[in-house]
Amino acid sequence: MSFKISGTGSCVPEKVFTNDDLSRMMDTSDAWIRSKTGIERRHILSTESLSDLAERAAIRALESAKINAQQLDLIICATIQGDFITPSLACVVQSRIGASCPAFDINAACSGFVYALDTAAGFIERGRAKNVLIVCAEAMSRHVDFDDRATCVLFGDGAGAVVLTPGEGLLSIKTTAAGNSQLMRITCGKSGRFEEAQASPSVLIMNGQEVYRFAVSAMKADIEDVISAAGLSTGQVTYILPHQANMRIIRAATALLGIGEDKILCNIENFGNMSSASIPVLLDESHRQGLLKNGDIIVLSSFGGGLTTGACAIRWNKN
Amino acid sequence: MVLERIKKILSEFNDFTDDQLKGETTFAELGLDSLDVVDLVMKIDEEFGTEIQLDGSMTTLGNLVSYIEANKKD
Repeated sequence: MSFKISGTGSCVPEKVFTNDDLSRMMDTSDAWIRSKTGIERRHILSTESLSDLAERAAIRALESAKINAQQLDLIICATIQGDFITPSLACVVQSRIGASCPAFDINAACSGFVYALDTAAGFIERGRAKNVLIVCAEAMSRHVDFDDRATCVLFGDGAGAVVLTPGEGLLSIKTTAAGNSQLMRITCGKSGRFEEAQASPSVLIMNGQEVYRFAVSAMKADIEDVISAAGLSTGQVTYILPHQANMRIIRAATALLGIGEDKILCNIENFGNMSSASIPVLLDESHRQGLLKNGDIIVLSSFGGGLTTGACAIRWNKN
Repeated sequence: MVLERIKKILSEFNDFTDDQLKGETTFAELGLDSLDVVDLVMKIDEEFGTEIQLDGSMTTLGNLVSYIEANKKD
């Protein structure tokens, strides 16, 4: 007994930041950003809080699932940082939507959605929860260094959510970690009054080449592994939903896998890299566009800070 | 021969003339950006069994050939 996805929801901030907007701030251009990353615009928090995005995504997922907040048994939020260090984003969402179940956050960076699915699957399998809300919400604009044109153009803000109920949708799942603070990190930026070491500024630092290499290899290996573990062949997969970090990672990995572009769902051009929110926002968009039919096999593949990776194969059976 | 195998891999990126592929030619001169270099390194590692470090020390074809000749697993 695992889960089925019974509802999806998402919410991105109002303010749109185009490549041209970025070109006015720093030495870059729309042409350069599009060709190197595939990104044209991203959404950035201005008047909303991250809790606002998470709450709205959650409400939309509940409506999609036709479940009310009181029926939830568990809320898991994936985020690298909510509006508060405490209470957790999950507790804030719980309070706002009027749920009364346990709630906690997880931090698996860009792999947060798959890690949350894996966590929820365990709770459901043990009989500890039936209806689980997962919200992935990220305010990357708070963490990027807007003086580093190599990284700040890549990211956007947003929230994606799903409601899970008991079912047989999960076919296979794989999560990995290879702890490494050199290739990608955001330090917390604070030191205790008595600490001898002073914290460095809290901004995102990334070795672009090594992270690209890690991402392409991981995406290829994980997709192969979850398809095989599900007892399927690549030809039986309907869609791949990759983490939307960079179009070139997606192209390189899918070329190695021999998977055609028509099977790859993408929205990076409009949202950039929203860390753990990327895949659930893409899932919600695809669902609402009517792309997903009952029986479709979708493969999710994510990779990111940690370094973490997470992939799974799901049979869509929501409708 | 190492250089011939490298040229075959490079032909997957673009059509280069033998004239363009000299020891001192940099990847930038070949029109390869930083992520193209990673794609190239990954294909080289697979072809030769090497584990090239992306520490910025390899910038020319000559660097690549020397490294491969010293480290390849045949």
